[in-house]
Amino acid sequence: MANSAPLKFHVPEPEVRPGGTPDFSNVVIPEAGSVERPPVDAEPESIRKLAFSIIRVLNRDGEAVGPWAGSLTDEELTAGLRHMMTLRAFDARMQMAQRQGKTSFYMQHLGEEAVSTAFRKALAKGDMNFPTYRQAGLLIADGYPMVDMMNQIFSNERDPLRGRQLPVMYSSREHGFFTISGNLATQFVQAVGWAMASAISKDTRIAAAWIGDGSTAESDFHSALVFASTYKAPIILNVVNNQWAISTFQGIARGGSGTFAARGIGFGIPSLRVDGNDFLAVHAVAKWAAERARSNLGPTLIEYVTYRAGAHSTSDDPSAYRPKTESDAWPLGDPILRLKNHLILRGIWSDERHKQAEAEVMDSVIAAQKEAEGHGTLHSGGKPSVRDIFEGLYEEMPPHLRRQRQQAGV
Amino acid sequence: MPRKTMIEAIRDGLDVMMERDKRVVVYGEDVGYFGGVFRCTAGLQAKYGKERCFDAPINESGIVGTAIGMAAYGLRPCVEIQFADYMYPAYDQLTQEASRLRYRSAGDFTCPLVVRMPTGGGIFGGQTHSQSPEALFTHVAGLKVVVPSNPVDAKGLLIAAIEDPDPVIILEPKRLYNGPFDGHHDRPVTSWSKHELGEVPDGHYVVPLGKALIRRPGAAVTVLAYGTMVHVALAAAEETGIDAEVIDLRTLVPLDLDTIVESVKKTGRCVVIHEATMTSGYGAELVTLVQENCFYHLEAPVARVAGWDTPYPHAQEWDYFPGPARVGRALIETMEA
Repeated sequence: MANSAPLKFHVPEPEVRPGGTPDFSNVVIPEAGSVERPPVDAEPESIRKLAFSIIRVLNRDGEAVGPWAGSLTDEELTAGLRHMMTLRAFDARMQMAQRQGKTSFYMQHLGEEAVSTAFRKALAKGDMNFPTYRQAGLLIADGYPMVDMMNQIFSNERDPLRGRQLPVMYSSREHGFFTISGNLATQFVQAVGWAMASAISKDTRIAAAWIGDGSTAESDFHSALVFASTYKAPIILNVVNNQWAISTFQGIARGGSGTFAARGIGFGIPSLRVDGNDFLAVHAVAKWAAERARSNLGPTLIEYVTYRAGAHSTSDDPSAYRPKTESDAWPLGDPILRLKNHLILRGIWSDERHKQAEAEVMDSVIAAQKEAEGHGTLHSGGKPSVRDIFEGLYEEMPPHLRRQRQQAGV
Repeated sequence: MPRKTMIEAIRDGLDVMMERDKRVVVYGEDVGYFGGVFRCTAGLQAKYGKERCFDAPINESGIVGTAIGMAAYGLRPCVEIQFADYMYPAYDQLTQEASRLRYRSAGDFTCPLVVRMPTGGGIFGGQTHSQSPEALFTHVAGLKVVVPSNPVDAKGLLIAAIEDPDPVIILEPKRLYNGPFDGHHDRPVTSWSKHELGEVPDGHYVVPLGKALIRRPGAAVTVLAYGTMVHVALAAAEETGIDAEVIDLRTLVPLDLDTIVESVKKTGRCVVIHEATMTSGYGAELVTLVQENCFYHLEAPVARVAGWDTPYPHAQEWDYFPGPARVGRALIETMEA
């Protein structure tokens, strides 16, 4: 035998565990403005390196630099800041409401606010997102009423989903927000189908699929890439790499490939990595991908490099599996702070205005919460009807459900 | 009227709907250029173009997953899973997604989707080309489940399914594709051209979902069957001389309970048969419903005849398949009980 050494079984481990000193030295952060912006019709082979770099616009001083800068006006930027602040305030109040027993469950976006709020502004009316549970910024940035989100979270008498769905699994066709499943990755391939349908129908609308770093390991992720690639579907395939899938670090899903974006290369899908905490970069890259989709150039895969600063959900305690200070050590900073500093440098914002905006935003969230609580919370006040258990499963209720509804006495 | 095989009837149904409704798209493995391994989609790509009928990658979760997205968009996808045995990768998409879009979004999104798949044995397909997984679908809230037993129903049920606003699974008994099969594998094969149910009307017609049909009226015992087993039941009644009332369920969900109850109350006896494995099969549901609704009319225990609780064997296919001899025995025992 040429080699009789025993085989070794490999299980990837994060750099640091609780008690250790956070270390992100392995995350290579290119300088802002250093990554090229290819034409949207560039050959996928010619832009492979974009899958291994990080597109960034805002530099350490808060300046917008490089070829990806300039996709947003002053008004759009201040609106974007307000959307992120609203999402953060919304999260804080709903996190607290869960602790107060007003709902069973909540999932916050802390640290990831730029991804969904900036992305929404790169889409047009009629485009369809297939989101996960951590893209509520798509709704907030599109003006969906916060009180309706809260009615859903509280499962009250005004819950648009009639108490049937877990909190935060919103649905709004009108706002281009597909009903969230709660299962992982299943919707990634459905989004491709929606995009295929749009192309079959000679429509102009495009789709956007969303998935987390952890669930890219699901076979539905692979299915989506196969179909998107084969049929050149008009879609943006979004991977939000927030480093953690509940307690599992991203290396368990990523395995031996350098990045999640690199998964797209084998399919011939242009694949880019972007600084997910950089509002300007997220928007610029999303806009580039949307233009590709709308010009019949096919799918684009985008990996948003970010960090889940909060717990996975209200049922999770991250201190059990990662250092408590890891969030502070994250090298891409806080998305709100970074955009705020940029706007101040730009001369269109100030600390005073920021403080004032924070107060206004919190007031609007509290007012919405007050209104929603007036319609009930999970265990008190107005509730969805027991009839809602049986209704709306099929367009027409079949006889066996009618019998069961009678048995239930409703 | 020229008679059609079940394959030709299904193709005709797809053709009629693709002609009438631009939203109908048809795809699956080998479905496009070639027209499907059973030829159900032959000619459709040439007639309607690659955008309406096309080949899919070998990826069942992708086929059903994309079809769900298309249905949510507003198209009417009618996809093929090459064999029901291949549907398991798509099971998650069917059970947790297609079935629930309307419910979980309170009608904001719906899923008018049809998934066709050849089911059952009788062609020496072995473990992976012979399964009857209907109970895995009937157990899922939000799906409709259809099993045709002849060309006329196959076309009419297919059209009803495509026009239905909710997801419908159609299990097509592959042994019936080319002719009625009564389980006598050692006799010459008969063709639909010699059977009145091969007389498929032209154009658009609907066999409504949720309506059973009495194939053979009788007074002695009620036989509940669907798909291939309808023909086996008819043969068993003939051969035993027992005046059985054979009900072809046609749709398993929603079920036509009224027709079943009326018949069993009349005959006082009931035999439930299917080709799928016995334990936790759809027959268990049927027996329970008969017990709940007809107990005081029953003169004998309700009997079940089904496939054995093993994988579908290859060489021993005819020892596995619940043919007319096994069904006939159950009829005699039920009459003697």
